[in-house]
Amino acid sequence: MHEMSLALAVVDQVEEAARSHGAESVASVRLHVGELAGVVPDALSFCFGLACAGTVLEGAELIAETVPGRARCTPCGGEWAVGMPPDLCCPDCGTPAEDLLSGRELRIADVHWGAPRPAATGRPRVPEES
Amino acid sequence: MCRSVDLRTQVLAKNDATAERLRARLTARGTTVVNLLSSPGSGKTELLEAELALAGERGVPVAALTADLATENDATRLARSGAPVRQVLTDGLCHLEAAMLGGHLEGWLPADTRLLFVENVGNLVCPASYDLGESLRVVLASVTEGEDKPLKYPTAFGLAHLVLVTKTDIAEAVGFDEAAFRAHVERVNPGVEVRLTSARTGSGIGTLLERALAAAGGAPVHTPVMARTRADHGQADGHGHGHGHEHADGHGHEHADGRGHGHADDEAPRAHGHAHQHA
Ligand SMILES: Nc1nc2c(ncn2[C@@H]2O[C@H](COP(=O)(O)OP(=O)(O)OP(=O)(O)O)[C@@H](O)[C@H]2O)c(=O)[nH]1
Ligand SMILES: [Mg+2]
Ligand SMILES: [Zn+2]
Ligand SMILES: [Zn+2]
Ligand SMILES: [Zn+2]
Repeated sequence: MHEMSLALAVVDQVEEAARSHGAESVASVRLHVGELAGVVPDALSFCFGLACAGTVLEGAELIAETVPGRARCTPCGGEWAVGMPPDLCCPDCGTPAEDLLSGRELRIADVHWGAPRPAATGRPRVPEES
Repeated sequence: MCRSVDLRTQVLAKNDATAERLRARLTARGTTVVNLLSSPGSGKTELLEAELALAGERGVPVAALTADLATENDATRLARSGAPVRQVLTDGLCHLEAAMLGGHLEGWLPADTRLLFVENVGNLVCPASYDLGESLRVVLASVTEGEDKPLKYPTAFGLAHLVLVTKTDIAEAVGFDEAAFRAHVERVNPGVEVRLTSARTGSGIGTLLERALAAAGGAPVHTPVMARTRADHGQADGHGHGHGHEHADGHGHEHADGRGHGHADDEAPRAHGHAHQHA
């Protein structure tokens, strides 16, 4: 199952962003997951919980938004939901889709930072430590 | 500090970037990678052994790397062809990633290799999402697997440059419905070439080598609809260009850099792994 690899990649990128933003905790991470990305959202959520342990993301919520697959036909200009399993030929004229408008994304949309960790604010910092 | 940040990065950005570098590096030295995907037991090793042997007869310098969860059996079988072969044990990981492949090529891949065949782990789910720097992606299905395999694994079949049916010597015995299979492939990957093969009888053997050599020679390779997005970034791309997806949560946070939240900049480069800096 590659959901663990994906969860680790998400954690990696969010950790990096947290460092550059000086964030001490993460409330939520929003993903856009296309219907055709080949990802099982439940498996991803499960792995995300494991991958966050012991990182700045500990306790973060994963919000996986499914993005439906949509395609467009050039000759008739129509757009359609490709469905699952997908049909990439135009339902009106049978022409293969020119391109896929959506449905393959696997993208971190945004991150909402959480409150500073108690441990990090528990005692005053001395400059030498930072 | 801004309470949120729009990352808008591809989860697989790192693998995609590594694959892109590997493809450039190998192309520059004259090596083309062919990535073979199928369910366990579809006949990847058997077909590849025959194709490697044929390449040997024709004097085409080829090499093969085979990935399995365990055992060196596939490498032993492939090595009978006389081609340089390397076995990768993935230690439980169900797919190959570009960095792993790159690492295994270091110090092993003979300099004059024209074609490098990679037998991926037998699995039609995750290998589909990982670009290995290949120029030709081949998906195989045996006649025993059912005609609806392409519908059950649309991402794998949908991103194939070439589809090979294997074990056609037993097609009749198992009642393989070729027309139905072709229709299902066409539905998820219109226009992709589907060829029939049997490693047992030798029928259709040579197709893979020919297509691989054509790709290596710079002939245009089929572009699957699923790999086609408006900016045409290629197969591992996950951008949803202009997908018009709106946040339903209406959380409406403000970004200090004044950008809205409509994800209008989805055409950002695929490997753009940075966070936007908020003032
Ligand atoms: N009848 C027939 N059997 C075949 C053919 N090709 C392979 N087989 C048999 O199918 C079984 C699996 O073949 P492999 O080549 O090992 O399949 P694979 O896809 O490499 O399997 P994994 O690496 O385990 O995923 C073996 O028992 C082969 O002998 C063929 O053309 N005809
Ligand atoms: Mg094998
Ligand atoms: Zn149409
Ligand atoms: Zn947001
Ligand atoms: Zn995997």
